Amino acid sequence: MKILYHFGRYLNLLLKVFKQPEKRAVYRRQFMIEIDNLGYASAGIVAIISVFMGAVLTIQMAFNIDSPLVPLYTIGFATRQSIVLEFAPTIISLILCGKVGSRIASEIGTMRVTEQIDALEVMGINSASFLILPKIMAAMFVFPFLIMMSMVLGVAGGWFAGTTTGLISSYGYVYGIQSFFHMYDIWYALTKTVVFAFIITSVSAYHGYYTKGGALEVGNASTSGVVYSSIAIIFANLILTQLLLA
Amino acid sequence: MIEGINITKRFGDRIVLENVTVRFDKGKTNLIIGQSGMGKTVLLKCLVGLFDFEQGEVFYDNRLFSKMSFTEKKSIRKEIGMLFQGGALFDSMTAEQNVMFPLTMFTTMLPDEKRDRANFCLSRVNLENVNDMLPSELSGGMKKRVAIARAIALNPQYLFCDEPNSGLDPQTANLIDELIKEITLEYDITTVVVTHDMNSVLEIGQKVYFIYKGKLWWEGDRDNILHTVNPELKAFVFNSELTRRLKPV
Ligand SMILES: Nc1ncnc2c1ncn2[C@@H]1O[C@H](COP(=O)(O)OP(=O)(O)OP(=O)(O)O)[C@@H](O)[C@H]1O
Ligand SMILES: [Mg+2]
Repeated sequence: MKILYHFGRYLNLLLKVFKQPEKRAVYRRQFMIEIDNLGYASAGIVAIISVFMGAVLTIQMAFNIDSPLVPLYTIGFATRQSIVLEFAPTIISLILCGKVGSRIASEIGTMRVTEQIDALEVMGINSASFLILPKIMAAMFVFPFLIMMSMVLGVAGGWFAGTTTGLISSYGYVYGIQSFFHMYDIWYALTKTVVFAFIITSVSAYHGYYTKGGALEVGNASTSGVVYSSIAIIFANLILTQLLLA
Repeated sequence: MIEGINITKRFGDRIVLENVTVRFDKGKTNLIIGQSGMGKTVLLKCLVGLFDFEQGEVFYDNRLFSKMSFTEKKSIRKEIGMLFQGGALFDSMTAEQNVMFPLTMFTTMLPDEKRDRANFCLSRVNLENVNDMLPSELSGGMKKRVAIARAIALNPQYLFCDEPNSGLDPQTANLIDELIKEITLEYDITTVVVTHDMNSVLEIGQKVYFIYKGKLWWEGDRDNILHTVNPELKAFVFNSELTRRLKPV
């Protein structure tokens, strides 16, 4: 029953978020700020994780493919497929969920408990829309770029690990990552990313927005924001994969 | 004029306000006084629509505010300036940006005009050279004053102040009282001040409501408050040496 209550309140909040944004100029500025806060500030961690993830993937592929019947360039192909289809969009989104989700929930939660949200409301500003809409929009806009960067860096990390350890030749790897390439896979990954971006920002904003109490509760809101958006991402991943690939 | 009629507010099954009726006149400084935890802030939040309440109505100049939709309320809210007990400054913005914020949202002023207006409001609360400081870099009293500057930035028709001078030194507290009185007269607005400072009561209490345990216990003004026979109010008023000396015999 609790879950229905939260889901209903979440949908209600979303209705409020998408209702009548007031001053477009102010929203545009907030949007730019959020791109910085949510996107640019996450680029570093995404880059590091992607390179190492790609490297490990390639090494594991190489160890798993030790049959002489399977050509070595399969390593490059399999690395690319795993990164593009799953690791970049889903794993990186989960990482972003931790980084961005906790930030959003605690920022909005603090604004709630220090009455900053009340201050907005008293002025006649739709606080939900003012605080949350720019974040949702910014994340949906900027996350695909982060994920594309992750793909490139992941594949590059794989190349580096594969060639320096001598598991595969540079030519073989590059041949592998170019073979059986379907543009649709990229669209599939980016579609997932956009949905995940929406989930991360809206679910964690929801938890922040309805925080009650003080600093302790802000911490709790931040944790639940991350936990619930992670769970939602996992479910959405399953559903989207079924819808888009099956 | 603001009227709250028969307001009853519960949190769970705890009654925090019970049948409170208040009427705040225009051009006057109206006070709500009472001990800590008696429901003053809750009453203020019911009046501005931040809390829904079980029973009662709120009118702003005969407009039934409490039954309006969000969009209808908006037009009245643009005329409301409110100082929160904790200041409620936006902590991602500097002092100046905080004061300019309502101007940005609701006027078409140019950046320079907004800055001038912000500086004017900040100077009225005796603040200079704080423009570029973040709330975290300000003292408690400075925060409060920036918040007052923000509340008056748009020349509100209705001004609500929740303990405007708690945490301020007596001189600055007096200055804020003076400012509130001046603005109220100058722009002929309706002002509601929550306080538990007897100094302010005697200074600006043109109308005084005493809330006790969620009920309206006494109403009057700064002249007759010292002659009250109400035991709870007497205990509230004459609790310090200073006020005991004012006690009429
Ligand atoms: N959001 C809330 N949820 C539950 N109870 C609340 C809430 N806000 C206030 N209360 C309760 O309502 C009562 C009145 O609180 P209120 O904040 O109005 O006191 P106050 O008169 O403003 O006191 P102070 O002078 O200390 O600010 C208190 O007992 C408080 O516990
Ligand atoms: Mg209070």
